[in-house]
Amino acid sequence: MTLLAQSDDGPSCYGRLTNEWVCWDYVVDYRPEIVEATTQHVAITIASVLFGLALSFPLALLARRLPRLESTVLGVSTGLYTVPSLALFPLLVPFTGLSATTVVIGLGLYALTVLVRAILEGLRAVPEDVRESARGLGYGDGRLLLRVELPLAVPVVMAGLRVATVSTVALTTVGSLVAYGGLGNLIAEGVQSNFRAQLLTAAVLCVVLAVLLDVVIVLAQRVLTPWTRTAG
Amino acid sequence: MGVLLDALDYLRDADSWTGRGGMLELLVQQLLVTLTALLAAMVVGLPVALWLGHLGRGGFLAINISNVGRAVPTFALLAIFVAGDPWGWTGGAFPGTGDVGPYGRAGISTLVALALFALPPLITNAYVAIREVPPDVRESARGMGMSGWQQFRRAELPLALPLVMSGVRLALVQVWATATIAALVAGPGLGRVITDGFFRTDYGKGIAGAIVVAAVALVLELCAAAVQRFLDPVRRAARRGEGEVSPEVSTLGQAGHEDG
Repeated sequence: MTLLAQSDDGPSCYGRLTNEWVCWDYVVDYRPEIVEATTQHVAITIASVLFGLALSFPLALLARRLPRLESTVLGVSTGLYTVPSLALFPLLVPFTGLSATTVVIGLGLYALTVLVRAILEGLRAVPEDVRESARGLGYGDGRLLLRVELPLAVPVVMAGLRVATVSTVALTTVGSLVAYGGLGNLIAEGVQSNFRAQLLTAAVLCVVLAVLLDVVIVLAQRVLTPWTRTAG
Repeated sequence: MGVLLDALDYLRDADSWTGRGGMLELLVQQLLVTLTALLAAMVVGLPVALWLGHLGRGGFLAINISNVGRAVPTFALLAIFVAGDPWGWTGGAFPGTGDVGPYGRAGISTLVALALFALPPLITNAYVAIREVPPDVRESARGMGMSGWQQFRRAELPLALPLVMSGVRLALVQVWATATIAALVAGPGLGRVITDGFFRTDYGKGIAGAIVVAAVALVLELCAAAVQRFLDPVRRAARRGEGEVSPEVSTLGQAGHEDG
């Protein structure tokens, strides 16, 4: 009787026997774990994308300045993409250890492929006459880049950033290999202990996170490019 | 550098290739899983995408499937399949971790997850390929009295094929690389070498596995490029000297190649 009474008000839908996929009790009872994993997931994703951006800007500028290097830069960054994410982390571990740094570097390198292309295309999409008018107004190389070319490249770069961010959110889960996978840790744990509620909750949160970050970037783009709204 | 030497040693050791659980067996497993998953995705995805492209409808769907697909982690999908039937159709048993013939443990789960993963690039590329056929080509086909099916079969498809093929190529390499993730749920494929080496802190072995995966990815890419070149209808027509291939049409084919 006591057993029955316990299961009545105790957590039941994620118990060993029922093991349901959708279970709100799980979310309530495991809230600290879920919050911690989600925070880690967001932190790793953002750090990786920023790292990728920081790397890809100089690379894209270099590729633009020296056309001979362009195919090399694009080739190497595309080649990185064929290295499976599962392989990239172990490759980095001897150098960076079992840390979040390993995941951030790995995912940043993946984001590089998309970002370098996006930045190059964005800069290339700046109309030549705009560039020439700026020169005529006495803009130097640096000021031209910062004040004219980059702002005009924002839409294309942002499109690349969206792709990179959404894929990074998904790829972060693989970081569970080195125990820094955010929600991926919950998924890995769920596989090992056949914990369905945890699996599904973590998977759904991943998708929600991707959508949310995507929306944030779209909003940021609207703020950064006020002229696109008035022009229409 | 010591790690890299270890990796070379592991690659040179015949024992690491042969036998049960050797790299050769895992390699064949992964190739099988990759090709079957890609084939399944092509059978399901390409006809739908091509036909939608022909009708010029469902573009929103075709593009957004790709975006949503990117957001769903393959690892999560795989984990859900391994934990048992998420829709409750088979009492929670299928796909699960069952050992399925040459596909190995959790073979069906891996297959389904990878096929779903391959769908977005296939669908998007096929749809865009048909949409990018110049409208005047379509018009002239209609002007010649071709039916909808003839238009599709004889004008749109041949011109779209290079882009469709680059979608397949992209999917092939991506599926191959992603198939290693199956190791995270103790599934089939070379990922096992990587995770094994990693968990036993035998980093040389892990790196050896990574090298093999990357090398095969390269080989697959080259093979796919060769097949694509061989199947390109515009070039084939040129090779056979069959009819005059207008310069316009052949440059269109070329452009498709470079996009890939």
